[in-house]
Amino acid sequence: MENIIEVKNLVKDFNGFKAVNDISFYVKKGEVFGFLGPNGAGKSTTIRMLTTLTRPTSGQATVAGHDIVNEPANVREHIGLVAEKLILYDRLTAMENLMFFGSLYHLPKKETKDRAMKWLKILEMEKWAHKLAGTFSTGMKQRVNIARALLTEPEVMFLDEPTLGLDPQTSRSIRDFIKDLHAHSVTVILTTHIMPEADELSDNIAIIDHGKIISIDTPAGLKASIKKDNATLEDVFLQLTGRNMRDDATVHIPSARGHMFGGKSRIR
Amino acid sequence: MARKDLLDFTRDKMQLVFVIIMPIFMMIMTGFIFPTENSLKDIPLGIANQDTGQISATMVQALTQMKTSDGSHIFSVKTYTDVNSLKDAIKAQKINGGVYIANDFSQMIQQNEQASATIIPDQSNPQISQILTQLLQQVISGTSTGIAQTKVGEMLRLSGTANPQLTQLDPAAIISPVQSATDNLIPGKPNYFQFVAPGIMALIVMMSVMTGLAVSVSKEREAGTLDGLLIAPVSRLSIILGKAFSQTVRGMAQGLIVLLLAIVIFGVHVYGNWLIMIVLMFLGVFAFMGIGILVSALASAQESAMTIMMTFQFPMMFLSGTFFPIQQMPKVMQYISKVIPLTYEGTALRKVIILGAGFSSVWTEVLILFVFGAVMLAVAVPTFRRVITK
Repeated sequence: MENIIEVKNLVKDFNGFKAVNDISFYVKKGEVFGFLGPNGAGKSTTIRMLTTLTRPTSGQATVAGHDIVNEPANVREHIGLVAEKLILYDRLTAMENLMFFGSLYHLPKKETKDRAMKWLKILEMEKWAHKLAGTFSTGMKQRVNIARALLTEPEVMFLDEPTLGLDPQTSRSIRDFIKDLHAHSVTVILTTHIMPEADELSDNIAIIDHGKIISIDTPAGLKASIKKDNATLEDVFLQLTGRNMRDDATVHIPSARGHMFGGKSRIR
Repeated sequence: MARKDLLDFTRDKMQLVFVIIMPIFMMIMTGFIFPTENSLKDIPLGIANQDTGQISATMVQALTQMKTSDGSHIFSVKTYTDVNSLKDAIKAQKINGGVYIANDFSQMIQQNEQASATIIPDQSNPQISQILTQLLQQVISGTSTGIAQTKVGEMLRLSGTANPQLTQLDPAAIISPVQSATDNLIPGKPNYFQFVAPGIMALIVMMSVMTGLAVSVSKEREAGTLDGLLIAPVSRLSIILGKAFSQTVRGMAQGLIVLLLAIVIFGVHVYGNWLIMIVLMFLGVFAFMGIGILVSALASAQESAMTIMMTFQFPMMFLSGTFFPIQQMPKVMQYISKVIPLTYEGTALRKVIILGAGFSSVWTEVLILFVFGAVMLAVAVPTFRRVITK
């Protein structure tokens, strides 16, 4: 199968701090690619580079056949993003949010409306379509946020901790949803700190630490690689990245500052 | 883009209310902090008249009866017995000034000597005491002129027997041979509101564009929604232009609200052409947009955007001649005010609104604003495009 993402020697240097240090990997079309690593390992920075939000210091990458540095506009037409921060306007209704983002992708109004209604229905949010997003619970917001990312029917979906801070019910429905995407051969790049989640969903998993990829394999392959009976993905993760807790390197990454002041502890 | 921003803006009812209230506050405060003769009424004035003659009584009467153009009494007169009780009352801030007339006042006049009335100003309140002194001097010199006319008339009549030509003369022409006359460009007396309204319009337009733009970008950056805009297949240029457009609409709307309030509540009259005025406001928006974009590109958080803006805007506010005429400032500040674009916006608006100036009188300001805006935009837009993707 063809590669939808190819990354070669990608480096991101924040004033001397190498957040991403010479990584190379590829993602096949239609697979769910798990991207794991401790806090500050470089997951988010990699995703920001692949989604053209951050310029790499050196190295190349293509997404859907387009270079992320030279053809960012083409890349943007093929991707969707559900990041740690919700991309929704609190003062607009769910529908207005979707209509606005649809207009950014030059979709015809009618088409946007139909698609928005379809996704809201699938995500069981159609009752709330005309309520302000600011009044929603986190789970409801995340569902609208996912509808937003899917509105443009992207070939590649980047899901950066989509189940962070959600109740088990919503997390479950989002996991089902990722499987659904997989069934419709949408490529999914998934980052998460929840090991069973990664294990359940991913075709391939990359473990990244200190800006470098230390292992890429199938979940089964990773588990087989360590000498332990009935090894879980968590065992693999802890063995590869060590048991020490990490100083959050988020100081160097403005986009991640929210965690330091947001009060959400990400150590589980 | 622009429509989304405006919708977002109007959804915040609180903010909307304050957008309207803020200019009203500003107008009211500045209007009353800096008093004019028209805005003063019932100033407590102490009079200690120890004289019993007719002339001093007339003078006191004149002060008591003095009225503003809208018919209310300027002074609320209190009577005291001597100079010291006047001074004590000023110290106690019971009155804002006093007039002392000595007991030999009428007598001196009758004996053809120079009589004097003493004005005691309240030096703790320079603004009021200046106006008060001016008014008192007017009354006193008016009284003085009246007496002089009677006396000169008397003299002319007496010497007329020796030289009949003298009886033909008008005593008034001898006492004050030169009369001053004013020929106004606009009818009536300009009040402080008339002066300050165009300045506040310029200020509000500037603030809403600069702050509005910077805050709207940094707010989205903080919330994370900016990423949503940046991963969409729209150019950075159209993102910032969309934002700029919505802020333009907002800035113009706020400017017009100020003008409307000025007209309805404070009786400000627009003497110039409305079209020129609107073009000037639009130009003001254009001139400050560049700075707004620049700050929004550089400030990572909403708070830092606000701080940067305040640093820019505060000196601008005071040095641009919005509240105080530039001519009153020290030389150094006058030079500084010359490099602040807001000065030109304010001046041009003032010319058009108060003096009814046409385009030919404001074209230098128009040119300066246009060049400033164009240069700032030329710097800001590429900076924004570069900085926004780190």
